[in-house]
Amino acid sequence: MKKAQQTEVLPGTVGEGLEQHGVTRREFLQFCTAMTAMLALPPAMAGAMAEAISKARRQSVIWLSFQECTGCTEAITRSHSPTLENLIFDLISLDYHHTLQAASGDAAEHAREQAMKDNAGKYLLIVDGSIPMGNPGYSTIAGISNYDMLVETAKGAAAIVSVGTCAAYGGIPMADPNPTGAVAVSDIVKDKPIINVPGCPPIPVVMTGVLVHFLTFGNIPELDALGRPKSFYGETIHDRCYRRPFYDQGKFAQTFDDEAARKGWCLFKLGCKGPVTYNACATTKWNEGTSFPIESGHGCIGCSEPNFWDAGPLYQALSMPVSATPSMLGAAAAAGAAVGVAVTWHNRSKKAAAKAAHEKVTVPELKREAK
Amino acid sequence: MSATLAKGINSFKEVLDAPIASFFSSCVHCGLCAEACLFYTETGDPKYTPIHKLEPLRRVWQQEYTLLGKLGKMLGLSKPVTDEELEEWKPLVYNSCTMCSRCAMVCPVGNDMTYMIRKMREGMAASGHAPAGLVSATTRSVEIGSPMGIRLPAVKAQMKHVQDDTGIEIPMDVAGAEYMVLMSSMEIINFPEYLAAIARIMKQAGKTWTLCSEAFEATNSGIQIGASDIAKVLVQRVVDGAEKLKVKTVISPECGHAFTALRWEGPNLIGRAYTFDVQHILEVLDDFRSAGLLKTSGFEEARLTFHDPCQIVRRGGLLDQPRNLLNLVAKNYVETKDHGKMNWCCGGGGGVSAIEEAEPLRLQAFKVKKAQLEETGAKTLVTACANCRIVLEEGLEHYHMNIPVVGLTELIAEHLKEGE
Amino acid sequence: MNHLDLLTFARGSALNWALIIFTAGVVLRLFEILGLGRKADLAKPRLDSPGSGWRTMFTRSLPPEGMLKRDPVTYIGGYVFHVGLFLGIFFFAPHIEFFRSMTGLGWPALPSALVDASVVAAIVALAALLAHRLNNPVKRMLSGFGDYLAWALTLLPLLTGYMAYHHLFVEYTLMLALHLFSVELLLVCLPFTKLFHTFSVFISRWYNGEIFGRKGVAS
Repeated sequence: MKKAQQTEVLPGTVGEGLEQHGVTRREFLQFCTAMTAMLALPPAMAGAMAEAISKARRQSVIWLSFQECTGCTEAITRSHSPTLENLIFDLISLDYHHTLQAASGDAAEHAREQAMKDNAGKYLLIVDGSIPMGNPGYSTIAGISNYDMLVETAKGAAAIVSVGTCAAYGGIPMADPNPTGAVAVSDIVKDKPIINVPGCPPIPVVMTGVLVHFLTFGNIPELDALGRPKSFYGETIHDRCYRRPFYDQGKFAQTFDDEAARKGWCLFKLGCKGPVTYNACATTKWNEGTSFPIESGHGCIGCSEPNFWDAGPLYQALSMPVSATPSMLGAAAAAGAAVGVAVTWHNRSKKAAAKAAHEKVTVPELKREAK
Repeated sequence: MSATLAKGINSFKEVLDAPIASFFSSCVHCGLCAEACLFYTETGDPKYTPIHKLEPLRRVWQQEYTLLGKLGKMLGLSKPVTDEELEEWKPLVYNSCTMCSRCAMVCPVGNDMTYMIRKMREGMAASGHAPAGLVSATTRSVEIGSPMGIRLPAVKAQMKHVQDDTGIEIPMDVAGAEYMVLMSSMEIINFPEYLAAIARIMKQAGKTWTLCSEAFEATNSGIQIGASDIAKVLVQRVVDGAEKLKVKTVISPECGHAFTALRWEGPNLIGRAYTFDVQHILEVLDDFRSAGLLKTSGFEEARLTFHDPCQIVRRGGLLDQPRNLLNLVAKNYVETKDHGKMNWCCGGGGGVSAIEEAEPLRLQAFKVKKAQLEETGAKTLVTACANCRIVLEEGLEHYHMNIPVVGLTELIAEHLKEGE
Repeated sequence: MNHLDLLTFARGSALNWALIIFTAGVVLRLFEILGLGRKADLAKPRLDSPGSGWRTMFTRSLPPEGMLKRDPVTYIGGYVFHVGLFLGIFFFAPHIEFFRSMTGLGWPALPSALVDASVVAAIVALAALLAHRLNNPVKRMLSGFGDYLAWALTLLPLLTGYMAYHHLFVEYTLMLALHLFSVELLLVCLPFTKLFHTFSVFISRWYNGEIFGRKGVAS
């Protein structure tokens, strides 16, 4: 099936598409203003952004899913419509996404190859899921190993977006003992700009933001050391958490159903990883701004951080040791005592020997013989 | 046979014990002990910092008795203690430490520097690094019977003199007496008033007492120089004398280190408890006072103050007795600013007064006493240690201060009610 | 290794080893000290001061009369530092969680702002004490590598803790990991440096009080 046949019924630019969907310019400007704020751009950029996006050609996007749970796709597609975020997704040319596309088998793979050929050097590659480096048979699509498909598809991409913690950092498949030898996209592709949008799943609006940025400026937003857009991952959950004042006052919930928990006190002692988790949950929230995990009474598990799964028990306070136990200290004390007894024995024999070697001090012996 | 470094190091290994290990482990080098030491405060020279005086001993502890130190020594990383170093430390361990223990009262981690200096001197003596003055005093003590070379005839002459003076017979070698009275060389030579005072007080109290021809000397150079073997010989004389005469209590005279030697060190030196009690003369007098056996009349009118001898007060526990006795005979008694267990040393204890080359330093350190005394405005200085008394007199003379120094026992005797 | 990995390592294996070395080291040092023993004192003690050793453990925390004036920097600096450090270690909520996990004991925390202030005070006191150590002739003479090492080892956890709490200079997760590493370094070195006075001070004070107490002098 020819891709061109489909595109005929679709709008040529994003602006046209918005018009078709009955979005007014005023509404679109509002959206752009909100976006500039989220991307930490000057408010004056909103107009320029609206202009750029309206004129942008529909962006070709190839979406590859490797070792993943489809949670990322779920999060993005299930975000409540009709939102402008959804429309943006509708307005890209999603040329390949094996969960969402109608085609299957050879036809599906053909669509990917065609898109790669037609938009060589311009298409955006979105990846969710990690790549197994152990046996390639752990995860294949159409008989192609994840590794081969990623390398092949990445070649002609303008940029790569690693969606979800698995693609960004290896995620749960990589959790100890990492049976499949899972790695992140960035471990394989070294020569393309990669934007990590971690989270399990990531916040949909972050995806939108990245796309909008790409459409507006033709490049990727400013990233931090872990490849995440700074505007969304610049601060910790803890620092933006509405329960933070309770932390500072030393008011903590001790259990999930105590009076303190009902009063909404800080969940630090229940294992909240908010202090070391960089994400926008506390500000953008989920489900159309309804709430985020902490607001629902559960501590942050730090799902957008690399190796969060191996970063100690979920329900232990961050300041608690990961694996030290009182019995370990007991064993150490016993070992110390054993060495102590040995040293004491050595000391005592040395002292006894000194005593035995003692020569009685008499008056003449107070003086030294002349040398 | 001669003193050698090996013997000294061997001694260090013998004396190091749990308290010393805890002291060295706890020291944080805060330097507060220096602020408590008159040799530092009056000279400003940091080498007189008490804990610094123990550095060679600390290194032996660290190298011999700690795991890390042993490893360091095995790997040749540690600096061994040498003869040159001990010689360098001689003036620190002897000349500038009176074993007054003021630093031990101040140390925030509770280090007892005096406890350690006492033990360190064992190694210093065994390695031949004791000062000549102390060596000769010790030699005289062992060979003649007294550090100042006094023999029995001198004592007998004094007995006769006191007898003539007071008309009271001075008993000697009386078996079964309640008290056996000891004296220090200083008292025999310089302060015969002491023996006269004892005679009159005992007479008034109606107690039996005696001198002992085989053990009249209370001082013990052995503990000053740090030779327990010698200290034991000297203490043994007193023990033998007291046990032979079957006395109930041996009275230590107005001498600081004699009290330490007899009361606290003696049983440990001879390896067993005594069959008699040891009391300082002030304890005896205070007991008499509370039993109503000490009747005095009249009061000293002059402003007077008391110098607490370190070994008798801070390290002897006689905090209240001297005050009780002073109040008995003095109306205008004032305390020095730091008194009792925080009093400043006279500067001549711990054998320092026997070390000739230490004199300039001792006189310099005396400035702290001078200031203390000047502040009280006292006209008379009372004390209860013959060594303190000599050192104080020398110091006062050096600084042209016209303040007489009096022994407390004598002062009490002067106020005894006549005819009772 | 990213910052969270570093933190996980700091909370995991690194902490385990630090705690093992610390615990074994403390026990070893206690054996080393007490194992040397001492001769029984045969001199009859005065009966005036029973329990003197135990009392001195606490009374020696106060300066004897006149001493405060002689060296105010050491005394006041010492107090501010020790109290600040104590509050910082034992009354910061996250720290209490650590102790609870190790001992099962918990106690109320102080508000973070108060702990913060006490830590700042402790850092300032440490700086003043270092200046004093460099200027005072006695301290300068007594001080060697071990003293400056102990100073640095003590400062680092305070400084990294403060910087982590205030998000200064370095990203929080990394700073928290550095804070833990600095604590671990302190734990490993404590038994084998003068920092062991944390424990031995109670022994030395006890001996001091006991030795003087037998003589009837409260020390």
